[in-house]
Amino acid sequence: MDIFVQLTVAGLSDGAILALAALGFVIVYKASGVINFAQGHFLLIGAYVLFAAIVDWGLHWVLGVLVAVLVAVTLGLVVERLVLRPLVGQPVISVIMVTIGLTYILLGIVLLAWGSTPLALPAFIPSDTVGILGAEVGENRLWAIGLVVVALIGFGLFFQRSRQGIAMRAVADDQQAALAMGISVRRVFALAWILAGVSAVGAGMLLANLTSVSLDLASFGLLVFPVVILGGLDSVLGVVVGGALIGLLRQYSAFYLDRELSEIRIGGIAENGITGTAELVPYVALVLILLVKPYGLFGQHRIERV
Amino acid sequence: MLALSNVEVIYDKVILVLRGLSLEVREGEVVALLGANGAGKSTTLKAISGLLPSEDGEITSGSIRFGETRIEHRDAADIVRLGISQVLEGRRIFAHLTPDENLRAGAYTSRNGSLKDDLALVYDYFPRLKERRKQTAGYLSGGEQQMLSIGRALMAHPKLLMLDEPSLGLAPKLVTEIFEIVGRLNTELGTTILVVEQNARLALEVAHRGYVMEGGRIVLDGPAEELERNPDVQEFYLGLTETGERRSYRDVKHYKRRKRWL
Ligand SMILES: Nc1ncnc2c1ncn2[C@@H]1O[C@H](COP(=O)(O)OP(=O)(O)OP(=O)(O)O)[C@@H](O)[C@H]1O
Ligand SMILES: [Mg+2]
Repeated sequence: MDIFVQLTVAGLSDGAILALAALGFVIVYKASGVINFAQGHFLLIGAYVLFAAIVDWGLHWVLGVLVAVLVAVTLGLVVERLVLRPLVGQPVISVIMVTIGLTYILLGIVLLAWGSTPLALPAFIPSDTVGILGAEVGENRLWAIGLVVVALIGFGLFFQRSRQGIAMRAVADDQQAALAMGISVRRVFALAWILAGVSAVGAGMLLANLTSVSLDLASFGLLVFPVVILGGLDSVLGVVVGGALIGLLRQYSAFYLDRELSEIRIGGIAENGITGTAELVPYVALVLILLVKPYGLFGQHRIERV
Repeated sequence: MLALSNVEVIYDKVILVLRGLSLEVREGEVVALLGANGAGKSTTLKAISGLLPSEDGEITSGSIRFGETRIEHRDAADIVRLGISQVLEGRRIFAHLTPDENLRAGAYTSRNGSLKDDLALVYDYFPRLKERRKQTAGYLSGGEQQMLSIGRALMAHPKLLMLDEPSLGLAPKLVTEIFEIVGRLNTELGTTILVVEQNARLALEVAHRGYVMEGGRIVLDGPAEELERNPDVQEFYLGLTETGERRSYRDVKHYKRRKRWL
């Protein structure tokens, strides 16, 4: 039971972080139809910039977070401006290739600047353990969940209430009609990329606090894709449910499934126990769910009414 | 108020659609722009509202003046701010937003904090929308969507409102209702209106003047009553044969009649 509670908290916090990163992906996709394969790698940037600011430059963590957010905004703007805007109207596949290329550029930058050894970020989110239902869980994981919930509520309010948020949803629905309202579609695209950068970098910072600062963050970041595909590419609620689902599946399978499989022992394989189902299970779940629901769990039903 | 002079529009660098079109809309008027399918009516409106670039269209010569301002190369957002709003053909509401949110999107350019009053005004003209203000706009009926689309354009406080086939695909009763409201917008709010229509009878009923387009040019213009009496207009747009009999609309399955002017 203790273990189960611990795994659940770990899964939910992983899931929350994934949901936050995935939200940025969904925002760009909804606004401009671009599938941004680099979203997972934006996480890396967040974690490493935060590390640089706090450790290399010795800034207070509050300033460090600010620096990382600024970098995120710039990153989003630069990518939109230099890479994607010139590609407007080009085939989807070119845009996809470009964002894939971008993942390698980001990876390269990180390797050049910081190398591949994992680095330890001095924790600034309280990381003592607290007892929940008799189990000891890391306080930092609870903080992560809480912060993401606050961020998601913030995003939600922005899209429901603010002039700019409504404009973004309008562009997602009908670009030309939005233009006819005097909405600047270009500005909406730029804003979408900024939000994508900020959400991913935010996720990267939270993640760095739970684990360490390393290139592994990118492979965690890649889980954004099963999350968004599960949730339906364009649904915000889907992102939350998809995130929780993938986060929990990984944690449960990392413990229970590895243990079960290790006991089976086929012909001497896995003498030392099986590990790594956690990396496999999210994708298996992805395939299974897509077989049943091709648009993901919460994919938008296109409203067609003439 | 609005003057187009010898406007030429080319799509995709090669397709010449407007060939030297000139027309004028005076302040306070309702002007109808009639013409067969493909004559270039929607293109004319998009040229005015700055929407051509998004469709690979370009104004290659001629001028468009709005008051004292040349607007043929302004972008769409500027033109909305200057006071021209276009209601696109086929309603084009934001389907996943509520009517309230659609209207707020329409108010994007107006920053003077009059949102509440503006919403009240639109709901006053279109009470049916008010009942459904929190529903998903995509599930409104066609007529309600058309109303929403007009209301949304009103939110920007246009001096000139351009309507592209507001009767498209609507039942006759609704069409009458919508045109009646359009007339009221003109008389009560003083909004100048340029309306493109296939339904020439209704359009000429509310309009003061009208233009007839064919092949990217104006071929006929005059006061509405005069156009209504014009035998060619009667034949081609009012469905009247020479003996004055009404043609049956029942033969015409679709609203888009494939008729050619002359
Ligand atoms: N984006 C575009 N690219 C290329 N050609 C276009 C484009 N839009 C319109 N055209 C062409 O320009 C001509 C005029 O089109 P337009 O939509 O202005 O006609 P219309 O008078 O509004 O017709 P309808 O009554 O059918 O709405 C048509 O021949 C059409 O094929
Ligand atoms: Mg048209």
